[in-house]
Amino acid sequence: MPVLRVEGLYKVFGRRPDEVVDQLSAGASAADVQASGATAAVIDAAFEVEQGEIFVVMGLSGSGKSTLIRMLNGLVRPTAGHVFVGDEDIAALDPKGLRAVRQQRISMVFQHFALLPHRSVLENTAYALEVRGVDRRTRLAAAREALEMVGLEAWADHRPDELSGGMQQRVGLARALAAETDILLMDEAFSALDPLIRREMQDQLMELQARLGRTIVFITHDLNEAMRLGDRVAVMRDGRIVRLDTPEAILADPGDEYLERFLADVDRSRVFTAGDVMSAPVAGADGRPVATAVTVAPNTPLADLLEPSALSEAPLLVADDTGEALGVVTRGDVLAALGGVSSGDLATRGDTTDDPQSLESPRA
Amino acid sequence: MPETTLITAAEGSVLPRVPVGDWVDTGFDWLKDNFDPLFEAVSDVTESAVEGLTEALLLPPPLLFAVLLALLGLAARSVAFAVGSLVGLLLVQSMDLWEEAMETLALLLVATVVAVLIAIPVGIAAAKNDRVSAAVRPVLDFMQTMPAFVYLVPAVTFFGIGLVPGIITTIIFALPPGVRLTELGIRQVDAETVEAGYAFGSSPAQILRGIELPLARPTIMAGVNQVIMLGLSMAVIAGLIGAGGLGSVVVTSISRLDVGLGFEAGLAVVILAIYLDRLTGAFGRTDQKSPLWRLRRRKTTTAPSNATVGHPAVADQPTEQLVTTSPRA
Ligand SMILES: Nc1ncnc2c1ncn2[C@@H]1O[C@H](COP(=O)(O)OP(=O)(O)OP(=O)(O)O)[C@@H](O)[C@H]1O
Ligand SMILES: [Mg+2]
Repeated sequence: MPVLRVEGLYKVFGRRPDEVVDQLSAGASAADVQASGATAAVIDAAFEVEQGEIFVVMGLSGSGKSTLIRMLNGLVRPTAGHVFVGDEDIAALDPKGLRAVRQQRISMVFQHFALLPHRSVLENTAYALEVRGVDRRTRLAAAREALEMVGLEAWADHRPDELSGGMQQRVGLARALAAETDILLMDEAFSALDPLIRREMQDQLMELQARLGRTIVFITHDLNEAMRLGDRVAVMRDGRIVRLDTPEAILADPGDEYLERFLADVDRSRVFTAGDVMSAPVAGADGRPVATAVTVAPNTPLADLLEPSALSEAPLLVADDTGEALGVVTRGDVLAALGGVSSGDLATRGDTTDDPQSLESPRA
Repeated sequence: MPETTLITAAEGSVLPRVPVGDWVDTGFDWLKDNFDPLFEAVSDVTESAVEGLTEALLLPPPLLFAVLLALLGLAARSVAFAVGSLVGLLLVQSMDLWEEAMETLALLLVATVVAVLIAIPVGIAAAKNDRVSAAVRPVLDFMQTMPAFVYLVPAVTFFGIGLVPGIITTIIFALPPGVRLTELGIRQVDAETVEAGYAFGSSPAQILRGIELPLARPTIMAGVNQVIMLGLSMAVIAGLIGAGGLGSVVVTSISRLDVGLGFEAGLAVVILAIYLDRLTGAFGRTDQKSPLWRLRRRKTTTAPSNATVGHPAVADQPTEQLVTTSPRA
């Protein structure tokens, strides 16, 4: 059963929202209803998020991402539709029930950190538990643990304004982790950080998520970030979710022009992994895979395959933890993935792809 | 007088004379006839509060008390401020105005406490509700721009000559900045921070106490500071209706045309004003200079001493080991 399920969710700001919802469900677009003075921020959103998934919502500014994520914890009341957390419908809860869900099931990380400047880092981290009424000793211990997870235990007694932006956001993350809710909402959580820190934060988030198995809904307007973090990515445009798929599938087949233009500057080498691009191992004369010298894990990003590929004449061997061979990655596979050559094109060239000399395609 | 010219202008013009003054007179008479017991009760309570406080302030030997006040200044601000206030307070004593100064201080403190107790809740309500805000604003404008002397007349009708009308006028005159700055302070609190409070399941009351009031504190304290300063100026004017203290010294000096006495009383007011302004100003600040702040800081901090507090970015290393080729989860 999905942790989070959204059905027919609408949010309309402005006058007579219910009528506008009717128009929208009859097929009107956000631009159509804008003329009558209403803003359709989210139109007919529907999706499910599974336990342990990183679900990314991506879209341009004003496409309704923040409104959507705020409906998931009731900060914004839906005009129509349902948000099920487990089997509780957030849209139907009274303020008290809503507070209970926020305390126990859903926490949030904010774009500009939203820390309390008059409290220490430790007390900030303990905020959620304090609200819930956990006694001081227990909550501070839990907060310290959360700070350790993000590597900030040494800063527990400092004020937030003594920390750099990246560190402050790690406090924001620790605060959400300390709440021990199974769902984590992150609205452009890394957008205010400079690129290097941002990359670190992404890595840290993925590492923590792998360890803790929390369910994360992550909002971003940055395609690279979406592709890098997301197990699945929902693309929003003018209030509607226009595409919902895995990053690899979206990259391989953008579907429409809007997405294609976007995808032009995605760093593919960070999205695809060895496992995504490998081809079946080619058996040598002795029945063992020919590939060799270099072995890589299936989840190694393409970017880290460039150097070994360049240095090794033979294809790289992809093997799991136990050493079991899963496939091989040839120079051709790497180049095809980087160049956006679809797997169909590759298949027509069959087994010659493991021979670097045979790559005569001018596109690659 | 401008007032008489206005009235004649009205008489000479085509406009009918609107008897606003008469209406107000009638209204006040009615209030006085029907609520006299209430006014008396208020009167008794305030009078005993101010008189009790005056006695308390005059209880310690003046020299010792001046030193104590200077020490309070030291804790809140700096050595220079402490020395300055000690010199000022001793000057007040040597001018033989200490008792009057303490009377004024007592009146001011009572008026301030009442004004703040009204202003902060009203300010909060105005910040939370646009209608309350719209209703309160013209009332505040009225209270603030009505010439201070005009308050004295109705106050005397209700409470007679003396301390109590002095306090009431002081409260009314000093209240508006307290309300305004409380409202402003709360409205200015970062919306995302408040939203974070809600996102973690806080109730509106928890958000007010734990987020909005603490973050609005510097602005609210600026309001309290304004209340005190306005209150002090009004407390002196209230000397005209027998509120006592430094105001009555000023009134005496005017009636005797005694320039020297008037100047001395004025100087005592200035010294009191500067002391109170700087002291309350210090409580609103969130910067980290006062000795008191440093003391508190030392007690709570157990951070590693090698961390460069001023340049946290330098110590931003713990993530570095995470920048390795991280496999996708
Ligand atoms: N409280 C509100 N009242 C009226 N309109 C609103 C409100 N909140 C959002 N909107 C409108 O809804 C639309 C979607 O806004 P939203 O903030 O969800 O977009 P976003 O995708 O998060 O954009 P950004 O990347 O700029 O944060 C916008 O047109 C915005 O103007
Ligand atoms: Mg947004």
